[in-house]
Amino acid sequence: MLSFVLRRLASAVPTLFIVVTISFFLMRFAPGGPFNLERPLPPATMENLMRTYQLDQPLWRQYVTYISNAVKGDFGPSYIYKDNTVAELIGKGLPYSVELGFYALLLALIGGVLTGTVAALRQNSLLDFSIMSLATVGTTIPNFVVGPVLTLVFAIGLSLLPAGGWGDGSLSFLILPMIALALPQLAVFARLTRGSMIEALHGDHIRTARAYGLPSRVVVITHAMRGALLPVISYLAPCAAALMTGSAVVETIFTIPGVGRYFVLGALNRDYTLVMGTVVLIAIFVIVFNLLVDLLYGLLDPRVRHD
Amino acid sequence: MSSRILNLRTAALIGSVLLGTTSAFAEAVLHRGNAGEPQTLDQAHTSINIEEFILKDLYEGLTIYDATGKIVPGAAESWTVSEDGTTYTFKLRENANWSDGSPVTAEDFVFSFQRIEDPKTAAGYANILYPIKNAEKINKGELATSELGVRAVDAKTLEITLERPTPFFLELLAHQTALPVSKASVEKNGADFVKPGVMVSNGAFKLVSHVPNDSLVVEKNPNHWDAANVKLDKVIFYPIDDQAASVRRFEAKEMDLVYNFSADQIDRLRSSYGDQVHISPTLATYYYAFDSRQEPYSDVRVRRALSMAVDRDFLAKEIYSGSQIPAYSMVPPGMETYGEPSKADFAEMSQLDREDKAIELMKEAGYGEGGKPLNIEIRYNTNPNHERVATAVADMWKNTFGASVSLVNLDVSSHYAYLQEDGKFNVARAGWVADYADAENFLALSLSTNETFNYGQYKNPEFDDLMKRSYEERDQAERSKLLHEAEALVMRDQPVAPLLTQADLWLVSDRIKGWQDNAVNEHLSRFLSVSE
Repeated sequence: MLSFVLRRLASAVPTLFIVVTISFFLMRFAPGGPFNLERPLPPATMENLMRTYQLDQPLWRQYVTYISNAVKGDFGPSYIYKDNTVAELIGKGLPYSVELGFYALLLALIGGVLTGTVAALRQNSLLDFSIMSLATVGTTIPNFVVGPVLTLVFAIGLSLLPAGGWGDGSLSFLILPMIALALPQLAVFARLTRGSMIEALHGDHIRTARAYGLPSRVVVITHAMRGALLPVISYLAPCAAALMTGSAVVETIFTIPGVGRYFVLGALNRDYTLVMGTVVLIAIFVIVFNLLVDLLYGLLDPRVRHD
Repeated sequence: MSSRILNLRTAALIGSVLLGTTSAFAEAVLHRGNAGEPQTLDQAHTSINIEEFILKDLYEGLTIYDATGKIVPGAAESWTVSEDGTTYTFKLRENANWSDGSPVTAEDFVFSFQRIEDPKTAAGYANILYPIKNAEKINKGELATSELGVRAVDAKTLEITLERPTPFFLELLAHQTALPVSKASVEKNGADFVKPGVMVSNGAFKLVSHVPNDSLVVEKNPNHWDAANVKLDKVIFYPIDDQAASVRRFEAKEMDLVYNFSADQIDRLRSSYGDQVHISPTLATYYYAFDSRQEPYSDVRVRRALSMAVDRDFLAKEIYSGSQIPAYSMVPPGMETYGEPSKADFAEMSQLDREDKAIELMKEAGYGEGGKPLNIEIRYNTNPNHERVATAVADMWKNTFGASVSLVNLDVSSHYAYLQEDGKFNVARAGWVADYADAENFLALSLSTNETFNYGQYKNPEFDDLMKRSYEERDQAERSKLLHEAEALVMRDQPVAPLLTQADLWLVSDRIKGWQDNAVNEHLSRFLSVSE
């Protein structure tokens, strides 16, 4: 088990390296640069800036400098948010994104598994049909629609919840963004759970359990659920990574100070270092969550053993 | 991080909706929407107005704009100008202090201006202070910073020598780049001098906290010389770049002020909020540049015809819902030192007459129906409003000349990078917002020597000469006359077709007192108060 974890972590290093290298050079293919603003800068100013940020050096040298600094944990200064380093920006924003993403993940997971299970147990009933229709709607309505609608109803119309901001971090500020963030994922979890649950309920071991006269609750929860959760678990990794590294759309709509917007903002403004920083962050989250899920798999599925 | 994780656990337990934030003291707090996250709080790196709003609350330059947008004394209480217009002597206020209580000295200003021009600082707006003697050479690394024409005569007397008379120098000094830094603080803290808890400022407010993309809080600076007249205890800036989100937060009464919202909301907001909706014409011009280097745009007749065929009233009313004003001059109206700008000769015609004249001109030039085909590509930076404008203009040119028009859009960086790097084009959108309230700022865009901003590379020696003479002219009235003549030439030749004078859109809650719309879009919080 331990050696499995160590091996996986070791293999993460070359993965990260490749991700960083590809994004570094892809970024530079985009026309313009961090200092091509709506109001163009005079040549002398541009030169001063390029020199200060070492962007006047050959690309290969910039790459070598970037990599050697990144290894030491220095991801460079942000070109747009000039008072901050990339590490500072991500350090300040990440806790907000993680907290919000974590709640959204819980909501999506619990809500999705519950509704999916109910739908599977009442397969082809009106209830099943309603849940699955809602799930389809949930995946198709983008959160830039859901978010503003929630605000219009609950913040402006009913004045129950704040329209945005993090405030003091209390739950009232989190409810609306959490729902907007969770809804599409909840729908995915519901569909996945329903599908695998139906399959599991038709399994031989379930028929056997039922034949033994075990109560339906026990059959569903202890026997069917265990197998049915496997596809859900494998979706958990990318989903958790996506939710906890922040959503540009939801964070912008609800003015949450997270890291979600940095990738988009960075790319649009050619803030090379900020983009690289968020790419590394997302890559790390994906790698770590995949590892966790693989370990979880081992616990749930006796056929999977890590040694 | 640890407090966040703690929060993560505890918040899960708190199921109920939180009580509103009520404070025990009746603090006067202004909730100020600020259209985006400031990229920096360093006067050497600032370039956009959402930074300006914050920085000018925190710091005070030698001159400032008052609530009506007029230049008045700031940290300097008075000044004298030498006979030849090249030496300014400022008397700093005896009671001008930094937020740590230490006095604001002439030495602080010397240090600040040298810092801006030092090439190592790489200040983005260093060029705005180039009128100061040797500034440009220093910025280009040709002279030492100590050679800058800024000198501390004594602790409270500052002498600034200029390269040449600069009639708009007092306006330049009110720019956020010319705000002072505390020499002691910058020398001690380096780049960290901008951080909350470290920053020492001389404005009406001081920095308390800053959470990127959430809020920036400033509170009244008791050491400010005019603190007795500052009515707000605290200002919270909300950096919200999503215009719809800021409107929603205004509607939810979470913010008192919103800067910039989508023009298509004007009618709806007007009907709900009446005169809390402010549309204030500003010193900014929305224009199309023609590439004068190539056929057919090198032909004055073609440029004039294209410009005349654009129905500016339609753009202003239908696309911007009246939030912008049709423009027929490069210099926007409302400039105190310039007066009524020189408009294009077709400004007074009706749109139908313009179109007839345009068709005639185009025929003379040999293009359009019956002549050589007219294929026009309009380039603009990606933005829904710019797209609507380009689509409408394309339609107008199609209908008037039978032109075939295509649209190309790139994101802001790529669009301007292309134009700056001498990319060839047909017609390109651009905008110009005044750095300082002077006509020269708009007209210099068409100088043949302006390599950066003269996108279409218009070259007119007569125009260049008039501009040159305006720089040397010391008599204000005479100078204004020269500039008007110069503008008349540009409007005759139409290397650029001004389309709209932009307006600043504000939502100003009726809680706020002291608000005045002004063309320079200057709204220091110290002139505002809130009622409850």
